[in-house]
Amino acid sequence: MDNGIKFQEYTESTYNFEECTKCTVCTAFCPVLQVNPLYPGPKQAGPDGERLRLRDPNFFDESLKYCLNCKRCEVWCPSEVKVADLIQSARLQYDTTPPKLRDRLLASTDFMGKLARPVAPVVNAVTGLPLAKTAMDVMLKIDRHRTFPKYSASSFEFWLKRRRKEQAVFSEQVAYYHGCYVNYNYPQLGKDLVKVLNALGVGVQLLDGEKCCGIALISNRLTKEATKNAKHNVSVLSKAVESGLKVVTTSSTCTLTLREEYPSLLGVDNSAVKDSILMATRYIYEKLEQGAKLPFRADFHKRVAYHTPCHMQRLGWGIFSEKLLRMIPGLELTVLDSACCGISGTYGFKKENYETSQAIGEQLFSQLRAIQPEVVACDCETCKWQIEMSTGFPVMNPISLLAEALC
Amino acid sequence: MRFDTVIVGGGLAGLIAGISLQKAGKSTAIVSTGQNALHFFSGCFESIQEAPQQVLDIFNEAGIRVHYKPGVRLMPMGTFKESALSLDDVSLFPTPQFGKRVLIINFMGYHDFFSSFLAEGLEKQGMECRIRFLTLGELTQPELGPNEMRAVQIARKMDDVWEKVVQEVRVLLKDEDTVILPQVFGLKDASVPTRIRQGIPAQVVFAGTLPPSVPGIRTQMQLKKRYEVLGGTYLMGDRVTGAHVYQDVVQNVVTKQLDRHYLEADHFILASGSFFSKGLVSNPFKIYEPLFELDMDYNQDRNTWYNPTFANHQPYMGFGVKTDANLQPSRKGVPVKNLYVIGSILGETHPELGSGAGLAIRSALKVTELITK
Repeated sequence: MDNGIKFQEYTESTYNFEECTKCTVCTAFCPVLQVNPLYPGPKQAGPDGERLRLRDPNFFDESLKYCLNCKRCEVWCPSEVKVADLIQSARLQYDTTPPKLRDRLLASTDFMGKLARPVAPVVNAVTGLPLAKTAMDVMLKIDRHRTFPKYSASSFEFWLKRRRKEQAVFSEQVAYYHGCYVNYNYPQLGKDLVKVLNALGVGVQLLDGEKCCGIALISNRLTKEATKNAKHNVSVLSKAVESGLKVVTTSSTCTLTLREEYPSLLGVDNSAVKDSILMATRYIYEKLEQGAKLPFRADFHKRVAYHTPCHMQRLGWGIFSEKLLRMIPGLELTVLDSACCGISGTYGFKKENYETSQAIGEQLFSQLRAIQPEVVACDCETCKWQIEMSTGFPVMNPISLLAEALC
Repeated sequence: MRFDTVIVGGGLAGLIAGISLQKAGKSTAIVSTGQNALHFFSGCFESIQEAPQQVLDIFNEAGIRVHYKPGVRLMPMGTFKESALSLDDVSLFPTPQFGKRVLIINFMGYHDFFSSFLAEGLEKQGMECRIRFLTLGELTQPELGPNEMRAVQIARKMDDVWEKVVQEVRVLLKDEDTVILPQVFGLKDASVPTRIRQGIPAQVVFAGTLPPSVPGIRTQMQLKKRYEVLGGTYLMGDRVTGAHVYQDVVQNVVTKQLDRHYLEADHFILASGSFFSKGLVSNPFKIYEPLFELDMDYNQDRNTWYNPTFANHQPYMGFGVKTDANLQPSRKGVPVKNLYVIGSILGETHPELGSGAGLAIRSALKVTELITK
């Protein structure tokens, strides 16, 4: 008689959307819905809309573009409906308007990085000029308030390649998926990770030619390009994993994309590598839990507020960064009420989203103004830009704080 | 990761257990699959007829304003129910005749508050009712969006403009001795309902709306905050998918997000809720507890599960995990030594513990006592 139970397994709907009980919990917390009345909200845009879209694609509503893809609706949903995936996949599937030039530029982090690196000082100077900001605002609709991340004259890959031999000395090895930001904009974070892992007796290797994780391509509906990157990355990750390596990362969004978005939104199978991709804070926490020791400085002192990035919240791994920060002697930690900073990658750079973006972030900014921390800790680079621009408090990745606290 | 106790489920039962264990110096983690029944909370702690100091302390320390006054409260459809311990939002009366003339306030375009049913119900009690709709700029479509005229969206606006409502009501008030307002106030700040009462020269009663419940969400946020201030680890948006049990002792639980990183503990508490939260699962052939496959207390004959008259008491609501007097469950008749079951997953198997919020709180405190003994 129990055979009949299997029936339920076969009725599972795409992104679990039929599990939606219309309880409205997602609408109670959606950060966009709180500030932008043009957005229909996660329930309407997600499971409600999906029923209609399945019937007739003309029911696709262009206002789905206001979704940040913060995935907080998925975190709050008691029925495990993948609300944000429903919305993003509908945008990829049904929105037929070609992506704008601006969106292509913003999304091509890899390409822009390669282009800018040789002439980094010039690019940095120009993108910082008020005139250039005005021009980008008017011509490209990239909001003039935004500050572009500075490009580094020398890439992280270049730096680590020169240290290949000294890294090979360590008996234990990991591969590092550094992402575009560490490579082109902020190699120091990669260097900090190498310092911490070396202190644990672990050597760091590059993957065999990683590409951008593709999250910005996905958000800007450049599906073909995103899928190409995903397939390439899964193949280089597989190579590393097959040789017995774990892959560590320092960006929560890259990690979520590699682990979750590839199969869910792009249909790229990552099952062979998924479990081996870990945020560095999780990898290090697990090492310390197993008895490894880090040589901490005695004179370190910092008042730190930890902000859980949305995608870290979705991964459910904020706990590792938090517990790791608590292990640093002399670090005084406040964990902020988890709230979206509002930028969500390229979203906040777009002129039409600037106000929404800042209004969403206010919940977080007001907490920071009240606490006045010396440093904000956070695992996401775009949160860093947003928080630094909006509050003036410096933002550091937990790995960099860890590196600073070491002898 | 190791804790003294790991709690599966972050609703009222899980939070009360977590808070009281943290207060007793234990380290705990709560794993919560999304939000919980507090989002549908009436504001009244059902089936609690007394007000134990221990319970009052937990609420007071979390900044949750409660009052104890055995009597009746007004239900959203204009009926009355016996109640004793409630959030300050909910008024408690000695009898249903709490006023003579009542002004019922609703918002133009808001469909989740049943002002005319309320009036009908109160008129049956001999009260005279007048309904007025407020039109506030803050609650118009361009401000609120096309689909979202719901309690929480209104409440977010009201956090900033509740004083405007007070002024409008003062203007509208004629000879009424009582004003009824929807429960859409004080999402951020629990003191707002009290301040509204002080601002209106009549008795102010807040009546329930369709979910989500504004007082419930506020209470959930306050309890979670309190739990975290006490050092508890609340894992939101994760789900316990399995457990390792060795020689009838739970060693650890496995979660969807932490996968191979198990959560270990000396004690485990199952507070995973009833059917809605999938603490209990039904299919055409059986009702079961999916995580540990614990022994269940229910009638196997499917025809006895439900009552064809929808509004009647439904037998399936009484089904739950079978436990001993210490709320410890068993598997195939063998007790699981370090596992406890609390909250609505117990169904009506322990009538002495009450139902709803009463069951959640009583069972959580009982298990805390057993664990800390």
